[in-house]
Amino acid sequence: MKELTTRGTKGLLPYLTAGLGGLETTERILQGLAEVGVTAVELGFPYSDPIADGPTIQSSFTRVLEKGIHVREILDMVARFRRNNQLPLLAMLSYSIVYRLGVDCFLQQAVDAGIDGLIIPDLSLEEAPQVARQVSEAGLVLPMLVSPASTPERRQKIAALSTGFVYYMSVTGITGERNQLPPELINNVRQLRQTTGRPVIVGFGISTAEHVRRVCSEADGAIIGSALVRRIMETQDAGGDTEAIVKAAAEAVSGWMVGLPA
Amino acid sequence: MTSEKVDLSQSPDTHGRFGLYGGQYVPETLMEAIHQLEAEYAKARADGAFWEELNGYLKDYVGRPSPLYYARRLSEKLGGARIYLKREDLNHTGAHKINNTLGQALLARRMGKNRIIAETGAGQHGVATATAAAMFGMECVVYMGAEDVRRQKLNVFRMELLGTRVVPVHSGQKTLKDAINEAMRDWMGSVQHTHYVIGSVMGPHPFPMIVRDFQAVVGRETREQCQEQLSRLPDMVVACVGGGSNAAGIFYPFIGEPSVKLVGVEAAGEGVDTQRHAATLAKGQPGVLHGMFTYVLQDDDGQTLPVHSVSAGLDYPGVGPEHSSWKDSGRAEYTSVTDSEALAAFTALSEMEGIIPALESAHAVAHVIKIAPALPKDCVIVINLSGRGDKDCVEVAGLLGKHIG
Repeated sequence: MKELTTRGTKGLLPYLTAGLGGLETTERILQGLAEVGVTAVELGFPYSDPIADGPTIQSSFTRVLEKGIHVREILDMVARFRRNNQLPLLAMLSYSIVYRLGVDCFLQQAVDAGIDGLIIPDLSLEEAPQVARQVSEAGLVLPMLVSPASTPERRQKIAALSTGFVYYMSVTGITGERNQLPPELINNVRQLRQTTGRPVIVGFGISTAEHVRRVCSEADGAIIGSALVRRIMETQDAGGDTEAIVKAAAEAVSGWMVGLPA
Repeated sequence: MTSEKVDLSQSPDTHGRFGLYGGQYVPETLMEAIHQLEAEYAKARADGAFWEELNGYLKDYVGRPSPLYYARRLSEKLGGARIYLKREDLNHTGAHKINNTLGQALLARRMGKNRIIAETGAGQHGVATATAAAMFGMECVVYMGAEDVRRQKLNVFRMELLGTRVVPVHSGQKTLKDAINEAMRDWMGSVQHTHYVIGSVMGPHPFPMIVRDFQAVVGRETREQCQEQLSRLPDMVVACVGGGSNAAGIFYPFIGEPSVKLVGVEAAGEGVDTQRHAATLAKGQPGVLHGMFTYVLQDDDGQTLPVHSVSAGLDYPGVGPEHSSWKDSGRAEYTSVTDSEALAAFTALSEMEGIIPALESAHAVAHVIKIAPALPKDCVIVINLSGRGDKDCVEVAGLLGKHIG
């Protein structure tokens, strides 16, 4: 994850729900995305009660949970992938899961598996300091989320506690594809980068190659989630096998990267 | 009606913690609205005019104070303790929920927010929110699990009649917890102009404190009425616990009175040793759900477990954080009764006192029916009869094999 802490690279960080289509499929998709040249992957751990996620990611969580896939199995898959691939992986998961597994215990398992950082959307600035220390001691990064509704004072505090990068939510609202990004987004990102001096990656609502290019004109990277998850689920629903899903995911992601500096 | 100010010296602490429990586990997008609510409530809490206005509505619109009624036939039949009912079922809209929704609607108005949203299980909180919205001329949307929409058709119709849009929630188990998720998601995108009227003493700080304070009128009145009618405090106060708002409201003013035993009754569903119950304090463990750290029913991965109760209002896999703190400190004790015990109490109170209780409140009645016979005749028990049972009649008739709906 070091390259994200030093500015200069701009890239795409696709979001992928772990276990969607089975863990073997996830592992194969990760390999495909590494070949396409993504900066990192945000790997979502399914949760029964997500609050920040829209219908697409929610239903992907439901699909995986109904199959009875557990955190341990996801981490085992990551460890297998890690044996011959160095693509940075950020685990996105609810604090409910982290707490239940035990913060230190989960961190140890994540480190052993080869996870590079954690994104915990429901860990507010108020609750984060202790966890942030533990994450940092474990050698992982903890990018924290800034919302368009965050005050300037909070932006500074969140940026100061974040490691790796600052995750800026393009919109107030839940994850999901949107036709248009807010007009003030680029200015907001510029300001956040300038005032905090930290790399800023933008997520929420980003759905097209044009969105990615626009966001990356100012930000250090873009996260695209629901649009990818939807393609995977559509390919599944159309009866596509692992091969077809992996191909659909890689094609979609390389399409979104058109125009980004190699 | 008491005009007594809310005691500021009590918990939670400045971090929103009741001992270990509580806190604010929500996405950053909601934190701004939560800080705004904290600030506005701090001002309102210290503002005599705010309480005066709220108390005016509670008196003239809700019909407070609600009576404290001696259930003579029930007491005599059981042959032990003297049983009193705090008649929250007589409030406008038929439950204690209106105490909170009027308070929160006033807060929303102070914050300049003209749209309110809510979750509902049995529909009582939804109806109470819809009522407050109609009365204050606000836009209102209520999220309700699709399964609960089916179980509580009458309340859905009432909300719609009051001008509220009811949105059925099809995700997860299609019950209360899923309705809360959906309301939170709405709020994620609407925080600037919308207030989320949480219906119980749960969620991120400051909600557990605000809802408790608005419901504490129940306990304050109970204290005064016990003094008037009995010249003393009760020996025991019993209330059902789902999220825990009616229990917190009646317990809170007695917290500093060690002689008053406080008993919360959870839903044991088909039994606490089966997979089908909602007894969070009995069978759960501390974890995070819906923005708070509290007892929860989760699997080993932190995924919320399915819960069951015959009562849609108790069908919740978490509990208010202050109850978790009272459980650990031993200040309140928590027990549970099964679906069939609650149904028997539903019928018994109807037959013996001419009062049809809500299925939720029937859980508290059922526990008292179990323990009262062994208690001395000078022992005084107050049950918070938190709601009336009209809404449950179709469901109960079905369970008794009589189809009326």
